[in-house]
Amino acid sequence: MRIKAFIVHLVTLVIFISYPNAHADTDSLLKQYSKQGASNPDADQGRRMWQKTYAGDGQFTQRSCVSCHTKDLVRPGEHVKTGKTIKPLAPSVNPLRLSDDRKVEKWFLRNCKWTLGRECSVQEKADFLAYIESK
Amino acid sequence: MKATLAISAIVMTVGIVSLPVVFSDNDGNWRDDEQHSSDVANVSHPVYREECGSCHMAYPPGLLPAASWERMMNGLEDHFGDNAELDKQRHNEVSEFLTANSADKSNYRRSRKFMKDIDPDKATMRITELPYFRHEHDEIPSRIFKGNEKLSSISQCNTCHKKAEQGSFNEDDINIPGYGQWDD
Repeated sequence: MRIKAFIVHLVTLVIFISYPNAHADTDSLLKQYSKQGASNPDADQGRRMWQKTYAGDGQFTQRSCVSCHTKDLVRPGEHVKTGKTIKPLAPSVNPLRLSDDRKVEKWFLRNCKWTLGRECSVQEKADFLAYIESK
Repeated sequence: MKATLAISAIVMTVGIVSLPVVFSDNDGNWRDDEQHSSDVANVSHPVYREECGSCHMAYPPGLLPAASWERMMNGLEDHFGDNAELDKQRHNEVSEFLTANSADKSNYRRSRKFMKDIDPDKATMRITELPYFRHEHDEIPSRIFKGNEKLSSISQCNTCHKKAEQGSFNEDDINIPGYGQWDD
């Protein structure tokens, strides 16, 4: 009997861990950005920055988030250089998106540097996050 | 009693399932009579797969010597034009995996071929520049590449080598988009 109860607990725990609540996780990251000086995450501003084209160099003189992720976040994207498929960013169709703070920060670092040529400010990250989360 | 039986059943199942792993030759010993697993070691490291495999195919480490991987890992901020920075812990994990399974430390049949005629300490970071790679791809007629959008870059092995990420580059596993199977 004890074993049965243990298994039920174990299964519940595994399910709980496997399906993290995306919103709660974004909240914690947004709070962190707010502490660092960001105010009122603005999804509209996030969308404008998302679709903006930035100057680059080398093979890609024009760069944008859209280059890889497209304008439609519920659809898959494609790495502009390698052609590898990128799963949709919208949490509505891909619940694992935005559920891991470390990954969000990692991609902000890599992709802001490539696309904008510099790290994003906390305000920019908050706006991007609000935009992606709304999709 | 029931619990003991259940545990025994689990132990037995795990044992049977793992038999092919125990008796396969994926432990790094090369055997010419084995077609697939003797190619190059496959890409099994989860952190490597996640960190490097999200933007491109996770290249088997046995395609380049350790010195090439070290150079690559020391320049991730400009990784062939892209930014692929890693935090320190993950950087070390990936570096260790690549070095330990690099072509010059591997006994796999094709890794040895990739090491032919190169000075491992001065090797390029581009697999496509290695003599063995060039030799193997020289015979492809240029008409196959001409105007073929899916073949815009020769760096994406898995466009044609369907089992590249499993470490197999055998001819049987080649399928060129717009052309079909390759036969020498």
